[in-house]
Amino acid sequence: MVDMLTISSNLLYASFFLYLIATFFFGGTIRDREKGSSQMAGNIGIVITIIGFLSQAGYFFTRWSASGHAPVSNLFEYTTFFGMMLVLAFIVLYFIYHVNWLGLFALPVALLLIAFASMFPTELSPLVPSLQSHWLYIHVTTASLGQGILSVSFVAGLIFLIRQVDQTNKSKHTSWLEFVLYVLVATIAFIIISTTFSAMEYEATFQAPVNGQEAEITYELPAIVGPASGELLSTEAMSPLFSAPEWMKGQDAAKKLNTFLWSIFGGVALYGLLRLLLRKRIAASIQPMLKRVNPELVDEVAYRAVAIGFPIFTLGALIFAMIWAQQAWDRFWGWDPKEVWALITFFFYAAYLHLRLSRGWQGTKSAWLAVGGFGIIMFNLIVVNLVISGLHSYA
Amino acid sequence: MRQINCECGHVNPEGTVLCESCGKPVEGNQHIDGNEGEQLLNMRYDGTARRSQTYNRTVVDKVWNFFSSVKVGVWLIVTTVIASAVGTIFPQEMYIPPNVDPATHYQDQFGLLGQIYYQLGFHNLFTSWWYMILLAMIGISIIIASIDRFFPLYKILKKQKPKRHETFMKKQRVFGRTESEDVDIERFKQNLKKQRFKIFEQDGHLLAEKNRFARWGPYVNHIGLIVFLIGALLRFVPALYIDEFVWVREGETAVISGTEGKYYIENKDFILETYDENDERFQDAIQNQGAPIPKNFQTDAVIYERVDDIVPGKEPELEVLKEASAKMNQPIKFEEFALYQASYQLNEFSEMTFKIHDKEDEDTNYGEFTVDLTDPKTEYELGNGYNVVIENYYPEYEMNDGRPVSVSKFPKNPAFVFNLYPPGESEPETSFLGIGANIDASGDNQYKLGLVNFDVRDVTGLTVKKDYTLPIIALGGAIFMIGVIQGMYWNHRRIWLQPKENGVWIAGHTNKNWFALRRDIGKAVEGTRIEEPVDQFEMKS
Amino acid sequence: MKESTLKKKQKRLIFRSAMLLVMAGLVVFAVVSSLGGEDAVIAKGEKAPNFQLKKFGTDETVDLRDLEGKGVMLNFWATYCEPCKDEMPYMEELYDKYENQGVEILAINLDSTDIVVERFLQEYGLTFPILRDESGQVMDLYQIGPIPTSIFINPEGEIVEQVRGALTLSKLDGYLQQITPE
Repeated sequence: MVDMLTISSNLLYASFFLYLIATFFFGGTIRDREKGSSQMAGNIGIVITIIGFLSQAGYFFTRWSASGHAPVSNLFEYTTFFGMMLVLAFIVLYFIYHVNWLGLFALPVALLLIAFASMFPTELSPLVPSLQSHWLYIHVTTASLGQGILSVSFVAGLIFLIRQVDQTNKSKHTSWLEFVLYVLVATIAFIIISTTFSAMEYEATFQAPVNGQEAEITYELPAIVGPASGELLSTEAMSPLFSAPEWMKGQDAAKKLNTFLWSIFGGVALYGLLRLLLRKRIAASIQPMLKRVNPELVDEVAYRAVAIGFPIFTLGALIFAMIWAQQAWDRFWGWDPKEVWALITFFFYAAYLHLRLSRGWQGTKSAWLAVGGFGIIMFNLIVVNLVISGLHSYA
Repeated sequence: MRQINCECGHVNPEGTVLCESCGKPVEGNQHIDGNEGEQLLNMRYDGTARRSQTYNRTVVDKVWNFFSSVKVGVWLIVTTVIASAVGTIFPQEMYIPPNVDPATHYQDQFGLLGQIYYQLGFHNLFTSWWYMILLAMIGISIIIASIDRFFPLYKILKKQKPKRHETFMKKQRVFGRTESEDVDIERFKQNLKKQRFKIFEQDGHLLAEKNRFARWGPYVNHIGLIVFLIGALLRFVPALYIDEFVWVREGETAVISGTEGKYYIENKDFILETYDENDERFQDAIQNQGAPIPKNFQTDAVIYERVDDIVPGKEPELEVLKEASAKMNQPIKFEEFALYQASYQLNEFSEMTFKIHDKEDEDTNYGEFTVDLTDPKTEYELGNGYNVVIENYYPEYEMNDGRPVSVSKFPKNPAFVFNLYPPGESEPETSFLGIGANIDASGDNQYKLGLVNFDVRDVTGLTVKKDYTLPIIALGGAIFMIGVIQGMYWNHRRIWLQPKENGVWIAGHTNKNWFALRRDIGKAVEGTRIEEPVDQFEMKS
Repeated sequence: MKESTLKKKQKRLIFRSAMLLVMAGLVVFAVVSSLGGEDAVIAKGEKAPNFQLKKFGTDETVDLRDLEGKGVMLNFWATYCEPCKDEMPYMEELYDKYENQGVEILAINLDSTDIVVERFLQEYGLTFPILRDESGQVMDLYQIGPIPTSIFINPEGEIVEQVRGALTLSKLDGYLQQITPE
């Protein structure tokens, strides 16, 4: 059993590095002016991506056999799987359009997701009775595949914006685009900070009242913000700069706020560093690399991803979800936050399609919508799970 | 009504943008689809006259046109999205703990914002009348917008002719001229047929078309949504939808609510299993959780049907209908009803055994007796001269002004006032016994009663559902899926060929995926000496 | 030409109006149903639904239907309900007087054990008929929420009044007079 788990996590590491290597090959395709060698690099890139995907599939099934259930039952497992589905969606669209630039951006997003996933507890967790159903695999995998494909639309939208937004002047477009890139950078910062402190085995334990009872809360990051009326127990830890407001009541509310603040500040630092090095906006520095990319094609890939992903998402995240909810909780719809956000995602992409088909929203507008859609998907994954809890709360 | 005679001889209805037959732009109507001064034609609905854009006279027309607008539809969606998001900021009333007053709960838990949230009624947002009206308006918009678009589109695609006007050709996004004497049109047709295009011919003009059915996808999925909404609406009809709840104690038989006294359920056993904390696989997770993780909730039950005349309260005559177990994800189904494992309460007291001993010496034993808490007797004779009379019984006792009172009928915290008659005595010794309380009433009792054993039982909570709307809702979902797949995974593609004195013109149109259309054309012109057309569209950033 | 256009216009108006009316009707239905809550079976003027319960301490059963022609007061109560304790003596006080005038007081007890009822009756010295509804079926039938709740039924078997919460002596007297047969 435990051996299986070791194999499984090694396969995940392997896939992570394969995706990383593939990204560099796709990067090579953009720089090279010679068509032949560029195509060569692209072919190698996609082959490595596929091997990486198979390796991650290996992780998935070995972990399945180790735990006895499909590994989509906690935040680590789900986010990892989401990354895997993003890669799958990329592979599918690669074979439809043969575009290398998509890999250069899609794989880093997948890498980010997988790295982000491993910041959550990775141990095997047993299934509570409501999750013990075949619909767990059917619903979660389909929903996740749909989200993965929709995320490719975000990737293409981002490429479109970096390619098309006029960088000669500061505008709303440039600022928002920098903000999106900042969020990605902040995610990297969060991963670096968490990994560093967990390698140092940093711990700061507080005693604080939680729902009227004294409880111990352990931070894995130095406390910028401590729990409301908390008392630091660890001797060698940094004492918090300030305390969380009283209304933050959950067991880990202050701890989550602390992690959030670290990510924001880490993101600012990292982003600032990049700006110093590049001496211009990040998007402006990437833009020249994309000069040879055909914007109409990018726009079409973004749209195609929505066209393919929307039905799959609807099937997995709404229809299969309803069938399962009917079985497990005797109602197919309960206005649980996660359900509502799935519905919001559905509505959002429905609006995207209507705006595009009937009102001619193409290009930049459409690309911004794709970015917004991904924002909603990530909100549903992270904020709804960690902040707004409900029946689906993994954490 | 003004009608428009096109030069090709076709008579178009008012509001037409592109001639239904040949596609020539109708003068004076180009503003409708924003074609003025544009290089390319807007091919939305093939330039047909949409009624919503044409008639706007009475109030009925105005209301109709309001809902027909896609812009309005999108605004309705945006509003719903924002409202729904607001509804998830704090938990809805149905998810706050029962037995708390929402008026104070929101304020206590979430402070001022929570109070505002509550006072604005957002704690019941999804069942509020205005949210329902919002959804209903989306439904109305779907119906009207579909009616207004489907019929004109259907007609025009039926009426279209292969022979197109030159302007129409030139202003297509994909367009190319080939100047050559010997183009192989037969080969071109063959190539198209290989790609499953249907070919229509008129005086040497060609129209190749495939996947027209994909254009019906949106309307099919809209029908699905409407069926779904109607299914949801029918839940308000009591005969079609019942949602009740029943609590049953182990060993007891209770009438199943919502069945009008016809069905009864006996709870034979309620089972709660948890994961073994020594399980190698899940050890870490269970330790992190700090509490046992449940593995199974199950009620072993017998369902009975009442066979005598149903008079509530009267002792029923029951016949076994079926024996079954309800688990999470596996409801018990019988007739039109389903019972779902929904809740439980563990460890309600069912029996307590007491012994009589000397006040000073707990090891003595003058006899034991067992009280069945579901039906305590008034008097227990121990057979050796000792008698115990239950002077008072409090199933769930609390102290109220120094007096014990019961706050419910359920033996959750039972207490007794016992009168103990030692052999030959007519004056009893009185004592009060509860969990953690053993009070000698007079203070000079010789004997004492002690709890030696107890039995507990569980209570199971099951949801009772009858739902005739599910098939309709499922049908709606299925139709919706068919519609989206039809519209999204197939694309309507058309290629026109116009013979010229010196060569041919080719134009192509699709409702999505232009690269795929150009690939199709690329394959079609292979070996025909027709030049591949170009994409005239230029992306504006 | 002109006529056919007019006809078309008219047809369009009728079609649109009909569609809008049907849809508006459905919306109104949904909103009203969701706001209206459960339909009250137990309302003033409705026929009181029949039931059959055992009289406490005997094997005798009481059928509500058999009491037609008499005024009937149903009082839902339990020993653990504090306000019930206050109103029981008033019923005891008025019971004899109204029984002679053709009014039956039926106190429907919702406890689960006999002993608590027996002790309660001894403590309060109650003599009017107590019915036991152990399974709570009659309580469900009459959609009883908080207890005590009293329901007054006239000799025709129709519900005259439903009172939630404890009654005072004078109010009880007033209601009983309302259902006294002529």
